[in-house]
Amino acid sequence: MSDTAEPRPKAYWSRIVDAIARHRALAVLVVLLIFPFVLPYEALASNIVIFGLFALGFNLVFGYTGVLSFGHAAFFGVGAYGTGIAIVHLGLPWWVAMLIGVLAAGVTAMIMGALAIRTRGIYFAMVTLALAQCVYYIVYQMKGWSGGENGLNGVIVGQIDLGFASIDLLDPMQKYFFTLTFVALAIFIFSRILASGFGAVLEAVRENEDRARACGYDVRLTKWLAFVISGLFCGLAGALNAIHLSVVPIEILHYHMSGQVVMMALLGGMGTFFGPFAGAIVFLLLEDVVTTMTTHWQLILGLVFMACVLFFPRGVWGSVLQWVRR
Amino acid sequence: MTVNLVLLQLFTGLALGSVFVLLGVGLSLIFGLLTVVNFAHGAFYMVGAYVGVFALAHLGNFWLAMAAVPIIVGGMGLVVERFLVRPLYGRGIDYPLLLTFGLGLVLVELVRIIYGLEGVPFDVPEVLQGAVDLGIGWFPLYRLFLIVVTAVLVFALWLFLEKTSYGLVIRAGASDPEIMRVLGVDISTVWLVVFGIGTGIAGLAGVLSAPMTSVIPDMGTTVLVQAFVVTVVGGMGSLLGAVVAGLLVGVVVSMTALFYPELSDLAMFMLMAAVLLVRPQGLFGRKGLMG
Amino acid sequence: MTKERHFKKGVQTRRQILKTGLAGSAAVLAAPWIGRPAFAQGESIKIGFPVPLTGPYGSEAQEQARCAQIAIDKFNEAGGLDGRMAELLVRDDKLKSGEAATRTLELIEKDGVDFVCGSLSASVQLAVNTVCAERGKIYNSISQSDAINEAENFSKYTFHEAMNPHMTAGAVGDYVFKNSGKRVAFLIADYAYGHEMARGFKVAGEKYGIEVVAEVKHPLASKDFSTFLPQIQAARPDVLCLCNFGFDQLNSLKQARSFGMKEQMMMVAPALLYNQRRAGGASVYSGVVGATNYYWKLEDEIATAKAFNDVYRAGNDGAPPSDYGAYGYAGVGVLLNAVTAAGSTDTDGVIEQLEAMKYDLYKGEEHYRTCDHQAVQSVFIIESKDEADMENEYDVFRILEKDGASEDMLRSCESLGL
Repeated sequence: MSDTAEPRPKAYWSRIVDAIARHRALAVLVVLLIFPFVLPYEALASNIVIFGLFALGFNLVFGYTGVLSFGHAAFFGVGAYGTGIAIVHLGLPWWVAMLIGVLAAGVTAMIMGALAIRTRGIYFAMVTLALAQCVYYIVYQMKGWSGGENGLNGVIVGQIDLGFASIDLLDPMQKYFFTLTFVALAIFIFSRILASGFGAVLEAVRENEDRARACGYDVRLTKWLAFVISGLFCGLAGALNAIHLSVVPIEILHYHMSGQVVMMALLGGMGTFFGPFAGAIVFLLLEDVVTTMTTHWQLILGLVFMACVLFFPRGVWGSVLQWVRR
Repeated sequence: MTVNLVLLQLFTGLALGSVFVLLGVGLSLIFGLLTVVNFAHGAFYMVGAYVGVFALAHLGNFWLAMAAVPIIVGGMGLVVERFLVRPLYGRGIDYPLLLTFGLGLVLVELVRIIYGLEGVPFDVPEVLQGAVDLGIGWFPLYRLFLIVVTAVLVFALWLFLEKTSYGLVIRAGASDPEIMRVLGVDISTVWLVVFGIGTGIAGLAGVLSAPMTSVIPDMGTTVLVQAFVVTVVGGMGSLLGAVVAGLLVGVVVSMTALFYPELSDLAMFMLMAAVLLVRPQGLFGRKGLMG
Repeated sequence: MTKERHFKKGVQTRRQILKTGLAGSAAVLAAPWIGRPAFAQGESIKIGFPVPLTGPYGSEAQEQARCAQIAIDKFNEAGGLDGRMAELLVRDDKLKSGEAATRTLELIEKDGVDFVCGSLSASVQLAVNTVCAERGKIYNSISQSDAINEAENFSKYTFHEAMNPHMTAGAVGDYVFKNSGKRVAFLIADYAYGHEMARGFKVAGEKYGIEVVAEVKHPLASKDFSTFLPQIQAARPDVLCLCNFGFDQLNSLKQARSFGMKEQMMMVAPALLYNQRRAGGASVYSGVVGATNYYWKLEDEIATAKAFNDVYRAGNDGAPPSDYGAYGYAGVGVLLNAVTAAGSTDTDGVIEQLEAMKYDLYKGEEHYRTCDHQAVQSVFIIESKDEADMENEYDVFRILEKDGASEDMLRSCESLGL
């Protein structure tokens, strides 16, 4: 058996990975389409695509701009609360409610971004954390609208009539594909943004801020825009989460949620397009499987994190890429 | 609302702040020298309380237990630095952050396995029980003791850093690790020692807090964030900053609790946001660090 | 070369699997993810039980699960429903509403549970309730809340086996304000449950003309209460009502004691929990007056309590069950009683039975009020004992008064919007 008779498996895999990298949006979609059929239950699949989108949106700031935000729970949460409040208290149709949620998250990101962009490095992480905590307490105190600690309950959409077809959100499979439609659209837009001129500027800023500035780019504006766009994507994830769970829990705004999305991105590999999504998949699957086996799931989770850092510093997807291309 | 009450509340804030000082000092030292954001700091605090429970049960004496805790927890810190954190130097702040986050989860869960979930009782030692009349109102004797311990410890730390030759090495290492290497000083030993001191103080804070709050595996979670706030407000790597910020945060929280109690949790974050927006490197931080 | 061989082998195995047919391959694909015992559909009666197995109230939740299993075993030993056995599916909700909602979706959609029972927090039970009501599953909540009775959250599928804060604070308030001072201070955890307890006290206090001298709200899960206590102390109340729960209650008591407040005023805690008292120690709690749904000493007068305690003791080294554990036993037990009475697991049939039946599982007779499905039950006023008065380590409370089951303790159906 000679090497020419059959392509070497390494090269084989490498070609597949290259193909995936070229059509990254399409590749993700193929995986996501078979998702609910291989996972133990559809609600987990919905959770994963929602958190995948959340992590993807977060990574625009973290992976592509190179600043660590510890306040992204604010956008995820405001997106969810905006949507939930519009449905529960204002009685608006679901799509208007989602739009409100996304826009509310965008506005939150505009304000937080404008304040936080002034700081750098670890201080940026801490300012975003502090501002997100402020959002948490404001929402917590708006008990009439948000339900306070009890959370916002009864975000019920039920049936969606599209004219030509009707979607029953009580059916878990239909709900998954409803969610996936939005996530897919978002991934497509995200991919287009990265491929655009703006994406190139982002990369320039990440690689060398001073040089980018010297080339005439407005670094601050670029960072701010990235922050706002990131907020919009996370807001959409939040809006979908509200409809998926029919409740908006207050912990959605807690800094633990911000921490969780950082971990997902790091676990998956922050510098890559798929990384955050892969991180969300691994994180949630691991948590789901381990939780039902032992009450000591935190021990397993913690050990996996430590092992990842020590042995797979590029994250799950980053390590796959490295192995294949070696 | 009398003047006495406001004064007493101020004093309460200082006592509360002294716990923040202990937490902030360790975290700030570790960050300032190693540029490691230690997410396991809260877990070491919790471990300190449990080691205190263990030591008290075996030594039967609060004072001996209190002395044993920083040594044991600091020793654990040494092991963690040597075998887990050291391989990650030079890879940016993200990796030690993730590692210590994972370590925090593991430590909490190990304590859960050993001591159970419901928490263990830990009483104030007999001689420190009760309250004393300060003239403005009653104040717990134990909290007075806490202020004294914190003051002594901070002073000792200051002496160590400013007046001993090893302290000089540490300070030099903080400002320029490269020079140290050129001069032939083993910087990795300095980092090891600093990590040990930082975690040891966190452990001490834990055992000192144990008689006031409940000793439960989750006790470190909120504390971690408070420690971050103190460190960031004071400026990463500044001992003076951690002391001032710790007391300031304590007083701000305390005053909010008097006038608008339900927002007392938010107060420290508003303070932090305000400080960072006006002075992004913190009150006593150096410009350019991690920047 | 070796890698190549592995690769080819992998392809072969996959082909073989494909040959075994569509159903087989689906099973193989799904199998590694499931990792839980699979049970044949339609065979057993499944009750989903989401409780916070991990987190600060993990040991309480694990006790709830143990007690619920006793109810399951009792049902199965009696032959089940014409041979159909019951099965308890315990899930960890981590004390988070979002996680609880996901777990409830899993229980309903994947495991196909017939009923849901559980939760140990006001917010979590409301989330579980929303998910269950939307899908027409009966949910029996075993944690305190007033909101779950209200029209906004109530559905015909909602049952509430636990007491609510209006009942407990009302009963304790009635006892304390009648017998002790009228100058009352409140320390309130700033969330719905805390405010509900405070409201219950105030309603009870109206009758006795209490004067509220201080009202301090603290953020939920505060570790340090020193900043809230001086203002209460300065107001010189006769009674301090601790409208908080669990570790908030323990920490505030512990710290109030260090301020010397225990000698100056009477401490009252509506949710005085057995396990919390045991974790906190006698010295912290001694003299504190509160309410409970159950204390194991009730076995001296109530036969069902004795029977429940005996089974629990047999499986737990002689230790008696806790109050919240007993909720788990009753919550699942009453569902199974209703299944037996209805002769099926049909939702509407079981609801009809639950609404109609009077049951005595562990604490004397109870029934569900028709309008809000709140369990009408007796409330016990208790006082925490001094170390010296304790006969053994489990002997922590003294029963001061027993308020028999009566709908008068509840808010009226109209005021709930029902």
